[in-house]
Amino acid sequence: MAAAETPVINAAARASLWMRPHRIVLILIALVIVLASIFLMRWDWLPTYLPLALQGIWRTIWLLVVTSALGIALAIPLGLAQVIGPPILRVPAKVFCTVIRGTPLLLQLWLLYFGLGSLFPQFPWIRESFLWPILRQAWPYAVLSLTISYAGYEGEVMRGAFAGVPKGQLEAARAFGMSRWKMFRRVWLPQAIHRALPTLAGETVLQLKATPLVATITMVDIYAVASRVRQDLFVTYEPLLLLALVYMAITGILVFGFRRLEARIPNRLG
Amino acid sequence: MARPACYIIGAASTRKSRGHKLSDVLATIFGASSLELLSFQPPNGRGLSLLHGLANSVGIAFGSFGVGLVIGIGGAYGKLYGGPVVRDLLEVYTTVVRAVPELVLILLLYFAGTDLINQLLTALGHAAIDINGVVAGIGVLGVVQGAYSTEVLRGAILGIPQGQIEAARAYGMPPGLLLRRITLPAMLPFAIPGLANLWLIATKDTALLAIVGVNELTQTTRTAAGATKAYFTFFMAAGALYLVLTLVSNVVIGRVERWARRGMPSIAGSH
Repeated sequence: MAAAETPVINAAARASLWMRPHRIVLILIALVIVLASIFLMRWDWLPTYLPLALQGIWRTIWLLVVTSALGIALAIPLGLAQVIGPPILRVPAKVFCTVIRGTPLLLQLWLLYFGLGSLFPQFPWIRESFLWPILRQAWPYAVLSLTISYAGYEGEVMRGAFAGVPKGQLEAARAFGMSRWKMFRRVWLPQAIHRALPTLAGETVLQLKATPLVATITMVDIYAVASRVRQDLFVTYEPLLLLALVYMAITGILVFGFRRLEARIPNRLG
Repeated sequence: MARPACYIIGAASTRKSRGHKLSDVLATIFGASSLELLSFQPPNGRGLSLLHGLANSVGIAFGSFGVGLVIGIGGAYGKLYGGPVVRDLLEVYTTVVRAVPELVLILLLYFAGTDLINQLLTALGHAAIDINGVVAGIGVLGVVQGAYSTEVLRGAILGIPQGQIEAARAYGMPPGLLLRRITLPAMLPFAIPGLANLWLIATKDTALLAIVGVNELTQTTRTAAGATKAYFTFFMAAGALYLVLTLVSNVVIGRVERWARRGMPSIAGSH
């Protein structure tokens, strides 16, 4: 009984600690600001642009999920190559991570889109191939450069995570007679991902914040929708504020999701 | 990394030594006579404008990092020692800035900031001014950097053995002197890894100012590439410049870290 009651008391105590008088005043002030911006600013464009905005939000999330998944799939071999790879794999992996982390993503994106994009039409066999209708669009370049960028940063994170798994764990796995692949799949990789998870959460939020760059190569994500509203109607602040709100909401969901994921893995505090 | 440079050098040498085939391919990739485009002679070469852009980028990075440090020290002090209202407001500041993309913040602060300053000037009876892009960039990125360095410095101050600060207070040291003599030097070793990361982020975030048309490296590169159609050459060259900046920064950071940690035991694992 007592054990069941303590959390309730704790929660109530925490709530009363959180809801101190100055917080209530601050929340009221925030409410006034929100209401003022709702009623004093121009929001009449919202219904017209809502379908486009929803499509933009969907595209942003789609881009985030696809590039993060592909990026982590690339990052695991990159990290592994840097930890146990022979020099012929280790050096290129290291160079790749350094180059990607040492140059701005915007530049990488423009190099791929404008550079490769201006290059491909010069080769007739590319223009005649079945891939050409895809290569003429912007999204392959956006996906490619965001994936490469995420892989570069996460390759470094995974290197640290792989190196951080205690040697004894791997020796124990070998002592059980596990094959190398089974040892990797059952012991090394899960523990490395467990270690990297908090960092990965932060990096995924950074990846979300990198997605609006694709608007500069004509991909219509939520940021591009806001820019279009600004250019069409000359309302500057309202779309940008809405944009900030959308990104904050997605960040909140991401952080919550990763926290749930972390909570699923049992953690023994020494 | 020397990949862009070695491509460019390779383009020059293969054109002389090997047959025509490879040089043709490279010429297609980089555009004909692409090396001349990077030279410093003004009519064709745009090397000088790239270097000018690089100088602007480094200047903006320095300025915004400095502004961020000042905001960060104030913010960390506010978060640790401030009253409840100050703490909550700072929490809102760091949370919002870290959750919203830099690109959106840059646009918001750039438009709102220049707008506000001009409205203030007209209200005071002055003529509206055109705000220098570099100065505006420093201000905008400084606010962004400030949020991150608030968190870094807060953690670093918490890392100091608190007895040192209490001892200084017990001696009756005034807060300003305590900050200068105890808190700042003692927190430096804990803050440097985070601040080094922030500096590297600052150098790369300057590229985002190209969106609002500030004349930094990425913007000058885009202008030059658009005018000459030699996209690969210019973006590769700019990438090499950014990379050199990062690598040089890494060397300097290593030195600074060794200096800040002087007299302390080495970190476990490294030596």
